[in-house]
Order: sequence, then structure tokens, then C-alpha cells
Amino acid sequence: MIEESVLNQTLSTALRNGGDFAEVFVEDRKSSSALLDDGKIEELTSGRDRGAGIRVVSGETTGFAHTADLSADGLRQAAEAAGAAARSGSGGVNVVALSRQTSKAPQDVKILPETIAKGRKVELLNTADEAARSMGGAISQVTASYADGRRQILVANSDGLLTGDDQVKTRFFVSCVASGDTGMQTGRESIGRPLGFELFDQYDVAELGRNAAQRALTKLGARPAPSGSMPVVIGKGGGGVLFHEACGHGLEADLVAKSASVFKDRIGEQVASPLVTLIDDGTMGGEWGAYAIDDEGRPAQSNTLIKDGILVDYMWDELRARKEGRASSGNGRRQTYMHLPMVRMTNTYISNGATDPADIIADTPSGVFVSQLGGGQVNTATGDFVFGMTEAYLIEDGKITEPIREGNLIGNGPEVLMAIDALGNDFEMGSPGTCGKDGQGVPVGDGTPTLRVTKLTVGGTAA
Amino acid sequence: MTVTSTSSAASANGSSVDHLLAVADRIIGEALPGEQVEAVVVNESETEVRVYEGEIESFTSSKSQGFGIRVIADHRQGFAYAGSLDEGVIAETLQEARDNATFGTADDQLGMAEPDGRPIIDLGLFNEAVASFPNEAKIKMALDLEKAVLASDSRIIGAESSDFNDSVSEAVVVTNTGIRVAGRDSGSYVMTSVLAAEGDDTQTGFGFSVGRDPADLDIERAAADAVDRATRLLGASKPATERVTIVFDPFVTAQFLSIIGGTLSGERVLKGRSLFADRLGDTVASSMITLIDDPTNVKAFTANEADGEGLATRRNVLIEDGQLNMFAQNAYTARRSGTTSTASAVRGYSSTPGVGSVALSLVPGDRAQDELIAGIDNGILVQGVAGLHSGVNPVSGDFSTGAEGLRITNGALGEPLREFTIASTLQKMLLDVVEVGGDIEWLPMSAAGLSLVVNDVTVSGD
Repeated sequence: MIEESVLNQTLSTALRNGGDFAEVFVEDRKSSSALLDDGKIEELTSGRDRGAGIRVVSGETTGFAHTADLSADGLRQAAEAAGAAARSGSGGVNVVALSRQTSKAPQDVKILPETIAKGRKVELLNTADEAARSMGGAISQVTASYADGRRQILVANSDGLLTGDDQVKTRFFVSCVASGDTGMQTGRESIGRPLGFELFDQYDVAELGRNAAQRALTKLGARPAPSGSMPVVIGKGGGGVLFHEACGHGLEADLVAKSASVFKDRIGEQVASPLVTLIDDGTMGGEWGAYAIDDEGRPAQSNTLIKDGILVDYMWDELRARKEGRASSGNGRRQTYMHLPMVRMTNTYISNGATDPADIIADTPSGVFVSQLGGGQVNTATGDFVFGMTEAYLIEDGKITEPIREGNLIGNGPEVLMAIDALGNDFEMGSPGTCGKDGQGVPVGDGTPTLRVTKLTVGGTAA
Repeated sequence: MTVTSTSSAASANGSSVDHLLAVADRIIGEALPGEQVEAVVVNESETEVRVYEGEIESFTSSKSQGFGIRVIADHRQGFAYAGSLDEGVIAETLQEARDNATFGTADDQLGMAEPDGRPIIDLGLFNEAVASFPNEAKIKMALDLEKAVLASDSRIIGAESSDFNDSVSEAVVVTNTGIRVAGRDSGSYVMTSVLAAEGDDTQTGFGFSVGRDPADLDIERAAADAVDRATRLLGASKPATERVTIVFDPFVTAQFLSIIGGTLSGERVLKGRSLFADRLGDTVASSMITLIDDPTNVKAFTANEADGEGLATRRNVLIEDGQLNMFAQNAYTARRSGTTSTASAVRGYSSTPGVGSVALSLVPGDRAQDELIAGIDNGILVQGVAGLHSGVNPVSGDFSTGAEGLRITNGALGEPLREFTIASTLQKMLLDVVEVGGDIEWLPMSAAGLSLVVNDVTVSGD
């Protein structure tokens, strides 16, 4: 994207007033999307974003500036702005000669989406719409969206690192409204992988449409969710959101360093039921949060965070790792070149258990079974977290019975982790997600086998 | 918490706005016979200072530009955008938008906005002081904020972040249907997120202050709010499950109103996704509820002179004395609904116009929060909610969020409460409002806050 001599010069300019570390991050992103709503192809959108973010670290201070002007002059101006922000120290480091490094992509992309005719993308939308509407007259509205993106990045820093990645992602989403005597209900399904158009060799969008419609139809008969504390069985796959919120964020080293995590100073201690082994794995081929290198140029890693209930390690970015004199764990990510990197999750999952999921349900006299989760939120300092149930059922006498309406569940991370008393043998990864932190969204994956929490608070309205 | 400020399009002057207009004019000039073309061009600059433990943690200076092109040809719509104003990129983007239009479904009602005779009124949303505010002063404000937090209360163990942020945004909308507007606005805020601890218990709180001029920012108030929010929750316990009367703090009411505003979008009505479709003229809320979207009110930090399609904004009374009065519309949804645009098109340069309310407020009542509380025997003051994106469904109306707050017993505030949910439905909550507070507070979000008393909400805890 940019000549090595220009990168060298930019790094030198960034450090001319001093500083311990400088970095140039270049991004060129092309995206295309198509939206079907209300039975019409409403629009196709094409987008192009390109620019560079330059940071200079000097002691405790980071100076950051970005520019959409990738000429040598544009980069120089941004480097000066970033360098001026970092306080002038004594001399500063010299830029080490750049040496190019490559990291293996977690998967091969076979069909670049940009090579596919737009008409074929539109066809997928119509297929999903027809399939969803074929589920019956109660399906009153359907939205389907297709999106692909190609993000080429380059990272060069004053340690001499020069590396890059070509990240392709494709996703598809269907959402339905069903209308009945009790009002309207919604159902959704989404797929997404760091793959090209071959995604649609793996998935049938008609089936996706039918499944989304079925979820909405099922909920038409849903009764109000119960309220209060009770046993909750979380379904395989998307149930991983529970861990993303209950402990994932709390294991991010930047939050730990600021005492904003209930998991601070707990390395080596038991923080979860012995059933729990939690892994964050950016190398997981084909999963939504996978990449060859993070947005600081570090190769993705598989990091075990909790082993058999014992806290093993936090997740690290370059800045936090340097302060602790250790290596980054490959978790430094940013939304775009306009953002500073910080510690982020990739694909976060609980490793498989040994119990037949049917036995977990049969062994639960009463409670709630959550089969589809809808995102969540955590206060890492208190550990209190919520997550939504977008499809859930009552468990009565060890059987899954009636569907219940949507709502949030609330719990406290450390307490909930200890209260996991059954883990299924049906591990699966869930749907693609977007994780938000400090105003930045990045793609993440999560996964889990079926599991049971002995006590969680269900936020319904029924007694 | 994320504070956002919307960019406005209005009748302002200035050389860089002129440059944006020139770019947009050139794009429109490329329109082919029979084509409608719209160009939105935006230029933004922003500074953010974050301090931690007396040091500058990060200093970010950003400048960004971008544009979006919408093309309607043969009753089909296409769109493309780019995050730069490079000459080569402009031609490529127009071509993409044009090509994208050929794949859209033909729809006779598609069309750009057209001038509706309403003049755009200068609301004075740009303040020169932001552009000339020195970096040293920005850094000092962030440092002073952290100092004020740390000096306030021995239970405060730190501030996770203390930020100063300012921004200037310029935007133009030009179409070949007669729209040509330009405008700019400025904004600044300080914000802090603090940690309080006592024994084993840790709690958090945030505080902020917003102004178009950095001189308007109230550091002491931001610090005091954050400290108060965090310290008053120390020792919080989980309540029992019961149905009680809830008082929403202004910040929570604002979040609730934003969701209600979304259900009153003409687009949701047309597409069968609004709870309130077919209910114009019906009683949908307590008679105390009059909900207004008024982007011309300069007290709102989200005030806007023109909407995302370049029409002059106006005061829209959505619900009046509990009766559903109107829906928000953009040019397309209005045409399809047989009405006129309410100048409620919302968008950035990277998207086509949607429909939304940007400056909602309830007509306030007379009494302060402590007077409202004095009349409640058993209830909860909710000071914060979590999971609005995961537990609230604006189509079905199901409402369930995580919450924290304080017990109300016999008219007085009591012990702190945490780790519970509050649940009802949007429809029922509007009808269950028993009093609207007089404490209106303008916030950096699409709705103003005030205290709101709602009966019969399910609290789910132990």
C-alpha cells in the first residue's frame, strides 16, 4: 500500500520530539451491502474507506492522529500531530529498520465477494424472503440483508515490525415479524464468516429465512416470562455470550490495570466452577472473530484464560503488555484506522463438557431454557451483567414446555461462573457478533455447549 | 457511555463549507437526464483528551471527510459512499451508486426531498470558541475533572477515565430537485467514569457536562454527579421480586423516550413494525404525556437546522395529552403515507435517509424529584439501566432491563439496590405514567430527561 521508505520516514517524524514507540496503521476497506425490506430490494450500497492512524507512545501518554490522505505529505502531517501530542522526552528511541513478517491466515478465502455479480447477491435476498413468507400468512414482514467487506491492513512500528493482512468477511441476516391476536413478535437468524462468497456453499439462505420465520411464529404463543431467581439452562452455541459478559470483558488487561475488574489480582485462584475452561482464540479458522494478525501486527493466538475453573491469564494488547514486560497476546484491535487499539476479545468459548444435554434438561425440575441469546452488557467493576433472551422456554418437571416472551437476565459474573453445575457434550460456536467497548465495535465470535446455572435472575413480568 | 453529537446541515458560511458545497455541486452536475441525484458531503474535526492518574493517557486529533451519493433512476434507488474527498474517488463512487440503482426494486414513490417553502432558520449552533480553544486548556479541563473527582470523597478509589472532547462538524446536502443547504455546528463535553469502594464492595458512576462552547462546561457538576452515582450505590443489595412504583431518573427517562420515539417512525408504521400503527387519534399514553420532537429548540444539544434530506426542521407534537397525534416522516415515507415530510430524515454520509426523532422531550410537570418521591410509599428510584439493546423489543413492546437504584419507603430514599431487572411493556408503561417531573434536563442524546413516575412495574430480584 505504501512504500517502505515512506513508512520509515513517517515513523522517524513521529518520534522526532522523543517517545518510546511509534506505529503506523494503514487500512483500506471496501464494503458492499444489499437490503431487502417490505418485499422490495430497497438499496445496494457500496463503501470505500481508506486512511492511516499514527500513534506515538511516550511514557504514560499516547499521541494519536489519523488521516485519509495517504500521500507522504499527508502521513507526515499526521505523524507530526501524533508526535506533538506525546510529551517531548529525552531523545527518544531510534526507528529499527523495518523487517517484513507474515502470519498465516486462519482460513483461505476462495471466492472474493467483489468478483460476484451484484445480481447474485440480490437473488439470495429474494430467496430468503420467499422462504420466510412461505411459512404462513402470520409472517407479516421480512427483512433480509447481505453484506461483505474486504479490509486490507498494514502495520509498521519503530521496533522494526512490518506486516499486513487481507481480511475478507461475508454475512447474511434475516429478520421476520409475525402478527397474531397477541400482537407482533420477531425472529432473526444470522450467519457470518471470514470467508468470501463460498459462505453460501455452506449455508442455505432459504433455510435461514424459514428458521427466522419459525422463531417469530413460535413466540406468537409465548406467555410472559417469569420473574425472580431460578435455574437457567443456556443452549449451545450463542450461549457463549454469557461468558463474553460474565468474565470476558473483566479479563481484558486494560480494565484490570485500572482496577475496573472484579478479576484483578485473582490469577491462580478459582474463579469458576471446575467444569469451566475458557479460551479466547483468534486463530479459529472460519470463525467471525478470527484473523492472521491483530490491529497492532501481532499474530493471533489461542489463549487459555480459565483452566478447570482456575484463572490463568488476562488478554493483552501491545501497550499493556509493554508496561508489564511481557508479550501481547494478540488481542490489540480497533474498529478502523480512526481509532486507537485496545484489548479486545476474538472468539471466546467454553470447551466441551461430558453430559448429554437431554440429561441436563431432564435433571432440572423447573426453570428456564434459553435457546437464543440477544447480546448483553457488563459493568466489569462490579461484575453485574445482563444478557437478552430472544428465544426461551419454561422448563417444567424436567421438560421444555411453553415459549416465553423476551427479556433480560441479570447476574453477577463471579457468582454465576461458580454456579455452573452442568456442562453438555454438544459444543458449538454461535452466530457472528459485534462487541462494543468505549465506542468501538469489532467482530467477535463465541461458543459453548449446553450448560446450567443453578441460579440466575430472569427479568420477566409473570409471578 | 457514549456521547454523540449529530451533524447538522444549515445555512452557514465559511470557506470550508463553501468547499463542501462546491464538491456537492460538481457531483449533482453529473446527473444524467431523468436521474435524481443527491450528494451529502461532511467534514469533521475532533479532539479528545483522556487523562488517568494525573497524566495524559491519550491525546487524539482527528480530521475526517466523506461523502455519500444517492441516485434514483427509473424509480430505482442506489447508494455509495467514500471516506475521503479525492477527485478520483468521487467519480468512482457516483458510478457505483448509479450501478447499484439498477438492482433496486422499482417504486413510484421513491424520490429526493423537494423544497417545501419552509425557510431554514439560523440557530447559532456553531461557536467560534471551539475552533480557537487551545490544547493546553483542553488538557487542563480533563486534569481538573479528575482532580475534582479524586478530592471529593474518601471512598472514591479512582477515575477509570476523565475526558475532554470537542468537535466541529460541517455538512451539506445538495440535490438536483432544488435542495441546497449547508451548515456547521460545534460541541464539547467533559465526561468521567469513577470507581468507589467500601470494604469489598465496588461501584461505578459517570458524570458529564455538555456545551457548544467549552466555557459552558461545568467541571464541578460532572465530577459531583459521577461521585454521587457511584457512592450512593455502595453496599447495594438485591431486592425481592415484586410489582412496585418506579421513579426513573432523568437520564433513564431519556433512554426510554428514545425507544418510544423509534416506535413512532413513519417507516416502522409503513412496514408493519410499529406498536402504534392504525392508532392515530387514540389514547396511547397517560393524559400527562405530551411528547414533542423539536430540533429547532437550541436547548437540545442535538438541535439541527435541517434534516438529513435538507428540509428545515420543525416542532412535531407526536403525542398530545396522551393522544397519538402524528408519526415522524421523511420524504419517501411521507409520500407513501399520503402526507408531508416532518423533516425527520436522519442519516450520516454513509447511509441513505432513515426516519427518526432527534430532539425529543416531554412537556414537564411542576414538581421536583424529591417531591415526587415524597408521595410514594413503596417504590424504587432507578438511576441506571443496562441491556436496552438486548431486552427491549420495540416491535412486540416487551421491555426488560437490568437496573440499579435506591429503595423508596414512605416517601423517602432508602438503601441502594443492584442486580435486578425492571419489566413491563412499552404500551403499558406509557399508560401507567402517573406523574411527569418538572426537572427537565437537556442531555447529549436524542431525548431530554426528567423524572417520571410509572406504576405497576415488575421488579425481578431474589
